[in-house]
Amino acid sequence: MAAIAEAVSKPPSRFRFILDRRDVLGAIFVSPAILYVLLLVGVPFLMAVYYSLSAYTIYDPSWDFVGLDNFADIIEDPTFQHTLLNTFIFTFGSQGLGLILGKFGALVLLRPFPGRKLVRALVILPWAVPVALATVAWQWMFDSLYSVINWTLIWAGFITREQAPNWLGTANLAMLSVIIVNAWRFFPFAIVIFLAGITAVPQDVLDAATVDGAGFWRRNYQIIMPMILPIVAIGLIFGIVFTFTDLSIVFLMTMGGPVGATSVLGFAGFQTGITSGDVSHGAAISLFMLPVLLVVVVFMLRFIRRREI
Amino acid sequence: MPRVTVAKAVQETSFYGAVAFFFVLAAFPFYWMVITSFKTNGDLYNVTNIPFWFNDSPTLEHFRYLFERTLFVTWLLNSLIIGLCVTAITLVTALPAAYSLARMTGRKGEALGIGIFLTYLVPPTLLFLPLSRVIAELGLQNSMWSLVLIYPTFTIPFCTWLLMGFFKSMPREIEEAAIVDGCSLLGAFIKMALPLSVPGILTAVIFTFTLTLQEFVYALTFISSSAQKPVTLGVATDLIRGDVFYWGEIMAGALIASIPVAIAYNLFLDRFISGITGGAVK
Repeated sequence: MAAIAEAVSKPPSRFRFILDRRDVLGAIFVSPAILYVLLLVGVPFLMAVYYSLSAYTIYDPSWDFVGLDNFADIIEDPTFQHTLLNTFIFTFGSQGLGLILGKFGALVLLRPFPGRKLVRALVILPWAVPVALATVAWQWMFDSLYSVINWTLIWAGFITREQAPNWLGTANLAMLSVIIVNAWRFFPFAIVIFLAGITAVPQDVLDAATVDGAGFWRRNYQIIMPMILPIVAIGLIFGIVFTFTDLSIVFLMTMGGPVGATSVLGFAGFQTGITSGDVSHGAAISLFMLPVLLVVVVFMLRFIRRREI
Repeated sequence: MPRVTVAKAVQETSFYGAVAFFFVLAAFPFYWMVITSFKTNGDLYNVTNIPFWFNDSPTLEHFRYLFERTLFVTWLLNSLIIGLCVTAITLVTALPAAYSLARMTGRKGEALGIGIFLTYLVPPTLLFLPLSRVIAELGLQNSMWSLVLIYPTFTIPFCTWLLMGFFKSMPREIEEAAIVDGCSLLGAFIKMALPLSVPGILTAVIFTFTLTLQEFVYALTFISSSAQKPVTLGVATDLIRGDVFYWGEIMAGALIASIPVAIAYNLFLDRFISGITGGAVK
């Protein structure tokens, strides 16, 4: 203890001299964050890659290197092919629907009307509330017997009780349901992104265009859209990454069912790697997300760079 | 003239129709949570009743059951402890890192900042297999402390990026003046930059806390014993006995856990957006 106290008090000038160098203090400041991320994201990521190339399961922790066998196994598996296709349908279906809702929602919320603040606050909710909790509310709305959606359809006379659809128990309807829930979760985010973009377009640019004879649609698609494209792209990138790798909505609503109809990559990785304990195949399934993530990251970097110039 | 008024009326009607559509779309699932959690079971499970309103008088039985006969209070406390610990870890690491990347490391810092932020995009579903092994090696399996260890992997990148933007928007001159007046670099950070960035820190705290509340995948993977679950996981997976869903209790729990997050988001939304878009809009 004495030595430590001495070291600090005795040559204070030299210690302070080092801390007063901008690059040294900068490196000290940034290193804990970098270390944390390297140890708990970087290292596990490499472990995941190694798992996918090994024969590791919880019953056989031998770590034997098997090359690309795991990948070969899962690519040939028709269930996996189905899962991969499902993941794309799920991602692009819900992002497309979310974007359309977001664009229209933003147009609606741009115009002042009484109660706009309240509507705006409510519209944020689907995105703010923890996804697992909102999902169980939807699961209850899609209930096979007490579905409020079916009740309304029956009441309105569109269907009879015998025809009432079993939303989560029929293949196509189950996929539609998880897409709707995910689009519902993301459309507030899209609205907010569109609003942030549109309100940032300088009014004088729009005025100049109006003077030059550009109408509403022309202003919308030839001036506003190109100007807000970077921010919309960033929002979309977030949406794609979080949807493509999502597990919770499918896990809670359908458990991948019926018969794998809504199984997506994140869910299949969980089922194989955690539930069944086949870690190596689970890791290989999860790693199929990587190509998509890489494409997205490259796009993101290009947009960030463009912004800096 | 009448043609113009008719067109105007159609336009107004369709506008307010669109407002109503978005209102119902966003709010209905939450209305459904509220109404379910206050209904008696006899009212809930009767297909001939009108589901949108109370057919029997409202009841508190689901809330009573939730608080007295389930681990709901424990889950709330777990979430609170996890949130506080993760927030502390995140602030201690992300604040200096953000300051350093914004002020001290120049062009290289910018690239490093982007690199840190990109790790926010590495999904839990890619990392949960190796991380569950790491958790097991550390003896933390089935314990909420595993989440305290793992959650900073996404809150640190997120907050570093958020705070980096914040420090960049602060005028440099204040700290430079302090340094000219004999303050050390460290002193300028602690005495000048930190007090001025309280709004930014507050934003980081709120979002760290809500991110921990929203997380589901890691909690699902690492924790299976009921007493260690955070509230989101507990409500979504622990109120089911066999095949029977306790819908009244589930909705009551979801409602209680959702309210703080909903309020926080509405208060801090603008900062969140400028945070994640990295100031793409100026």
